[in-house]
Amino acid sequence: MKQQTLVKIKSRINNWGKGKADVQDAQVEISRGRSLAKKILMSEYFVLYLTILYLLVLTPIIPRLWHPMNIQNVLSNMWPLLVVAIGQTFVLILAGIDLSQTSVMAMSSVVGAVVMTSSVDPVLFTKSPLWGIFLTDQGGLMGSSPLALPAGILAMLLVGLIIGFLNGFSVAIFRMPPFIVTLVSMMLFSAMAIFLTKSENIRHLPEAYLQISKTQFSVVSMSMVIAIVLAIVAHITLNRTLFGKRLYAVGINTTASEISGVPARRTIITAYMVSGLCASIAAILYSSRLEMGRPTLGSTLFIDIVGANIIGGVSLSGGKGKVTWTIFGVFFFIILANSLNMLNLSFYVIDMVKGSVILVAALLDVARSRIQKAQN
Amino acid sequence: MQDIVFAYKDITKRFFGVRALKEVSFELEKGKILGLIGENGAGKSTLMNIMGGVLKPDEGQMYLKGSPYTPENPLDAACAGIEFIHQELNLFTNLSVAENILINQFPCIRKTPLINKRIMKESCRKLLKSLNLDISPSMLVENLSPGERQLVEIAKALYSDADILLFDEPTTSLTAKETENLFSIMRKLKDEGKSIIYISHILSDVIELVDDIVILRDGQVMGGGPIEDFPVNRMINLMVGREISNVFPERTNSSKKKLVLQTDHVSETGMVRDINLKVHEGEIVGMFGLMGSGRTEFARMLFGVDPYKEGSISIHGETLPKRNPQESIKRGLAFITENRREEGLLMDSPIIENIGLVSLPDYSARVTRLVDSKRLYKRSNEVATSLRLKCNSLKNQKVKSLSGGNQQKVVIGKWLLKDPSLLIMDEPTRGIDVGAKYEVYLIMEHLASEGTGILFISSEIEELMAMCDRIIVWSRGEVMREFEREEFSQENIMRIAFRQELEDASEKRRWQ
Repeated sequence: MKQQTLVKIKSRINNWGKGKADVQDAQVEISRGRSLAKKILMSEYFVLYLTILYLLVLTPIIPRLWHPMNIQNVLSNMWPLLVVAIGQTFVLILAGIDLSQTSVMAMSSVVGAVVMTSSVDPVLFTKSPLWGIFLTDQGGLMGSSPLALPAGILAMLLVGLIIGFLNGFSVAIFRMPPFIVTLVSMMLFSAMAIFLTKSENIRHLPEAYLQISKTQFSVVSMSMVIAIVLAIVAHITLNRTLFGKRLYAVGINTTASEISGVPARRTIITAYMVSGLCASIAAILYSSRLEMGRPTLGSTLFIDIVGANIIGGVSLSGGKGKVTWTIFGVFFFIILANSLNMLNLSFYVIDMVKGSVILVAALLDVARSRIQKAQN
Repeated sequence: MQDIVFAYKDITKRFFGVRALKEVSFELEKGKILGLIGENGAGKSTLMNIMGGVLKPDEGQMYLKGSPYTPENPLDAACAGIEFIHQELNLFTNLSVAENILINQFPCIRKTPLINKRIMKESCRKLLKSLNLDISPSMLVENLSPGERQLVEIAKALYSDADILLFDEPTTSLTAKETENLFSIMRKLKDEGKSIIYISHILSDVIELVDDIVILRDGQVMGGGPIEDFPVNRMINLMVGREISNVFPERTNSSKKKLVLQTDHVSETGMVRDINLKVHEGEIVGMFGLMGSGRTEFARMLFGVDPYKEGSISIHGETLPKRNPQESIKRGLAFITENRREEGLLMDSPIIENIGLVSLPDYSARVTRLVDSKRLYKRSNEVATSLRLKCNSLKNQKVKSLSGGNQQKVVIGKWLLKDPSLLIMDEPTRGIDVGAKYEVYLIMEHLASEGTGILFISSEIEELMAMCDRIIVWSRGEVMREFEREEFSQENIMRIAFRQELEDASEKRRWQ
């Protein structure tokens, strides 16, 4: 009697198991597809895949995309943006933000030109506060000297380091919110660059300086070399050095880092100085390409810098970011802008699309961290 | 069978194939307090989350007052009269007490969206009074002590007229007096016919409070029934599955006469007054006192996190610079803070980044500052093994996915990498399970035997008495007395720590 019941139950279990197995197979199929989608979404290279897909879709629509002239154009736009965006990555890892990078670029450009220019038009510059001391009929400070180039570049880099130091000092020592600190220094130094030059571009820069953007061996340009070297150095700094490790730690938990002996203040100041330095290196590349010191240099660039970082996956809440991500972000952003240009869309439409893409990227970041949380 | 208000029936839950609960069944009776105990990771939280509608069981059913109960979300649970009082309080510190209590159901003026503040305060005042809580409803929550906040949380649950209340480790941040008050309120609620599930690590509290008990281990019910049938030893056996004859390891007296730490007349207004103390090599010195007695504040000054006005601190005879944790670390100090999440760990980072954080400079090249991650990994791995850290991968697993005990081991590990000569431990066993506690004690004993001086801050007098060579008793920012091991007596230590308050409290209890 007992055994009969047992057999019944057994066969029941077996049948039930079979039915379930079919369902399970179907479920496995679905979940396999889903997990692949998830894998791609969660991959670090997601933005790169997206860029490639975007290029593939666009190729038949805009064949001109692959014209050598256009490729060169895309690349020459990409390198300086990459340089300045990498600087921003350092600050974003700290859960900070550097709004003043564009003003650093403007100030660097002006200061460098003031040091290097060989002649200025008296009609335009007599009203400038620099006239008579730094700028004369004979040009800038070092205008006629053979040392104009190194002095000019040094001055430009110093501008970035000093403004970065001021930002970092205010954030680290006075514990002011980075948003306000860098917003104010953006206003201050953007206005100062215009004030110093009375909004005039400074031309007649030394030929050696202009060569920075002109030197080119087929695809390899000087800007490219500078940007790639900088990216490699930044990558190693973030991943392998004491400073890099501490930067992430401070970005994730400042208090815990301080108690663990991390010099948090010094780390913060250094990060802002790196950001300023990168902005001034970008200014060197841009000014050389424009062949002038321009007081409004970079003024529309901020959204591109932060946008590229966000698209790459660098988190605004700190602790998360990689140089490779920034590279992918910049690459995607530049290609997006270039393709929209080629579709002959108006400036406003392009900005609307750019804005939407950044918004989607930010949303994606939220979705990814949610999936990750669910997996833990 | 009418008086069973809630029942779990064969609940099974898996996470990504890993079984968290297996065929869990037990019942909660009306007007009773049920204690739920188990090590961290035994499945208590999962069980509670299933009840609260946060998770869905894979198999099994729940019954609420006899009828099937399938909550889709936390709101369903609240509607069914089930309320949680969490370990980490869910209060809005920027809002007032009344606003917090009524956050889900503000009384409005007729049909306008305007809040009727008068009614709000009135109903809160009544509620607070019933909880013996003497605060104004318009007070901001950020100005309340942890104990008061806990009671506000309870008031919030009571306001929605819940029948079933879940308390998850409610006493971890409370003083003895506040705990006493909380227990009397819980008993009163029980007498009013509410049913309570009480989760705790503190077994003495469980014994004092509950009627029935359920013991979980690895997602299974190991035993349950009236509390009288479960003496402490049996509870522990069932929980950890191994015989722990003694919850504390044997202390060998290894204290040498070489001085590690000496403080001279350390004072800071409103914090501590005239602190003179010494710690020798291999000595475990306990610091006991109530919340706010100045122990933690003093530890922070010692380590250089917070400033102090007068006095000096010396390590191995050398004066320690003020407010400089880096210098303190260089001179051999280590500090395990009382809140691991906020001050101890980078929760979002992998284990290795946490363990390596303090000693990174020792592993980086002189000029390039490149970190030798291979050497660091090797050493971290050694330390993790010696601490018996349970994890899948040092490099890829984030600290936040570890259990409380293992998180604490990561904090300890990061300091061990530095070979400290004085280790300050502030409540190192708080919120970790019995097994992990025992391991922490073993680590302390081992370090002391190797000559490390340990300053051990704790609110659990039993562990201090078991582990320490001396106990320093604090009260209101002052050192009241030092007890040598021979003189240890729970009653005397308590009396000193409470000063007058002991009499007050006992009077109050009698009066209730």
